[in-house]
Amino acid sequence: MRVFASAVSAAFFVVASSAGAQQLAPSPTLDAIKARGHIECGVHLGLPGFSFANDKGEWTGLDVDYCKSLAAAVLGDATKVKFTPTSVQQRWAVLQSGQVDLLSRNTTITFSRNATLGVNFQGINFYEGQTFVVRTKAKVAAVKDLADATICVAAGSTEEKMAADWFRERNLKVTIINFQKNDDAISAYDQGRCDAYTAGIGALAGQRIKFKNPEEHQILSEIISNDPQGPVTRWGDERWQLIVRWVLNGTIAAEALGVTSKNVDEMKAKSANSEVRRLLGVEGKFGEMMGISNDWMFNAIKQVGNYGESYERTVGMGSPLKLPRGANQLWTKGGLLFTPPFQ
Amino acid sequence: MKLNELPRILPPWAETLRQRLFATPLDALATLVCLYIIWRISVPLIEWLLIDATWDGTTREDCRSSGACWVFIRARFGQFMYGQYPLAERWRVDLLGLLIVGAAVALSWRGLPRRKEASILALIVLPPLGVWLLYGGWGLKLVETREWGGLMLTLFLAIYAGLIAVPLGILLALGRRSRLPLIRFASVVFIEFWRGVPIITVIFLASLLLPLIMPTGFNVDRLARAVIGLAFVIAAYMAEAVRGGLQALPDGQAEASQALGLGYWRTMRLIVLPQALRISLPAMTNEFIALFKNTTLVLIVSIFDLLGIAQAALADPAWVGMNMEAYVFAGAIYWFSCFGLSQWSRLKEKRLQTAYGR
Repeated sequence: MRVFASAVSAAFFVVASSAGAQQLAPSPTLDAIKARGHIECGVHLGLPGFSFANDKGEWTGLDVDYCKSLAAAVLGDATKVKFTPTSVQQRWAVLQSGQVDLLSRNTTITFSRNATLGVNFQGINFYEGQTFVVRTKAKVAAVKDLADATICVAAGSTEEKMAADWFRERNLKVTIINFQKNDDAISAYDQGRCDAYTAGIGALAGQRIKFKNPEEHQILSEIISNDPQGPVTRWGDERWQLIVRWVLNGTIAAEALGVTSKNVDEMKAKSANSEVRRLLGVEGKFGEMMGISNDWMFNAIKQVGNYGESYERTVGMGSPLKLPRGANQLWTKGGLLFTPPFQ
Repeated sequence: MKLNELPRILPPWAETLRQRLFATPLDALATLVCLYIIWRISVPLIEWLLIDATWDGTTREDCRSSGACWVFIRARFGQFMYGQYPLAERWRVDLLGLLIVGAAVALSWRGLPRRKEASILALIVLPPLGVWLLYGGWGLKLVETREWGGLMLTLFLAIYAGLIAVPLGILLALGRRSRLPLIRFASVVFIEFWRGVPIITVIFLASLLLPLIMPTGFNVDRLARAVIGLAFVIAAYMAEAVRGGLQALPDGQAEASQALGLGYWRTMRLIVLPQALRISLPAMTNEFIALFKNTTLVLIVSIFDLLGIAQAALADPAWVGMNMEAYVFAGAIYWFSCFGLSQWSRLKEKRLQTAYGR
């Protein structure tokens, strides 16, 4: 009996693996998305530049843009995505219980989350990291220039520990002033009691424009901690994970290859670069290999833009936040953004 | 001694003021100190709220003065009221609001013919009609609850949770005093369980644990889950408020009614509850005001009530830093709503006093 069972399963395995060469792996998530006609995307409740509702009530921001790109790639229409705002407390449960297809909400990628929460991180769309905001007239270019400065922090925060460690390791003397609450530390800095205030670079960008005179402050682009963030999916359904990962890669590749929402039609018609041609579905059948249209990245770039366009519009120079690219620049231009080739 | 006999030349109102506020040197000092404090607080407040405030414009650049930037509230007013409810469908919310206000006004007019039947009809017809108007279906465009928000959502949560909580609370209070051990036990367990759990935990579990343990495909709307969670907790509190009223009634009332041959339900409906509810009305209003304010807790499961939408608006880089304006505006709406509720309850109490008073 047992011999028979193992023979059957062996036969099944052979059939299944040979079929896999031509057929797509099943993807319940993608099937569900196609059936319901939209993607369910979990975003942050409200984070300036990353995810917020504008005056018209439309969700906007860098993390929101990624989900729009995904909708354009999967369903051909960037508007076919619905956003579920998620709080810090509920984000994992919302993803695990299947209420959303993915999270795109400023969540730091860590080993323990990846290993224990049943979630996978599908790349990095923002290199968050701790840095400092200082007055422009103080002429501080790098973090080490802050030696002998006073820094305002919230007592007991990770930022306090991180900053203290960084300066101690380098034998630089700084005065750290502790405040009970983060808001107190911020207003103390704004009132001039300290030379610098420290937080994540994205948070600082939102904070800077709250200061009395935002143009008098600058955010250092050097970061002293490493908190990469990106889209998150559930374990299982590898084909859906593949799509989530490669749409993000595609938006970065598009910027590296010089494909923008403005020139994408021309690039598709005329480009001789075979990587551009594969990205836009002229050569190869990259979309079909994942079970979606070969126009996937064409639609995403045409409707939402490449990573750089999205960045500048939401958190960069085209937005009130005016956050420089810093680490979120292409690897060819001194940043950390990198994508494997479309081959 | 002659001084005392001099006729007072102060007008009567000034005389009253003198007696109340400046009777002794200590009183005078206290009055002056208080006046000074009020002055120091209210002048900058009024300056910020009204005099230096900016009212006209469309962006934060229009707010150049040191006062409040009410432009922000104007730009976001629609969202503060309706959340992300589609513009073209907002008339449905307005219509429901009008219906509710109309019904409330009509029913509080005592000369209304067939007032009793009309109130029962309103209670039976309006709630489902309201859900249909807001949610849609059957000819109306479907508006998912995730698009609801702002004041409309706050009122929805409070009213619907209240509609479940009040009858349930009354039943639980009766059940707790029931002679049947099973019913009494069940009521006590329900009340003590829901009273012992923090509301925030209930909302969190209702929104997160239920979808995890429910079979896939079986999905109760997350707003409905929040409403039911809130209603159960408030019902437990209401039950205790009503029980207070029941216990305040002399046993003779129920005994006399039974002696007249009335059964349990008629005794309760005609004799006991009208009196008990009158006694517990202040306590029940109190619970309802608490419920109204507790609706803000749904923010932790990302349902944007009035406070939530105010906080969400602060995340828009175009308006970041408008914390004072957002919280003052939201706070004012909460205050006026709660104040209105307590005034309504006092009016009701007065009427009931005259109706039953000797």
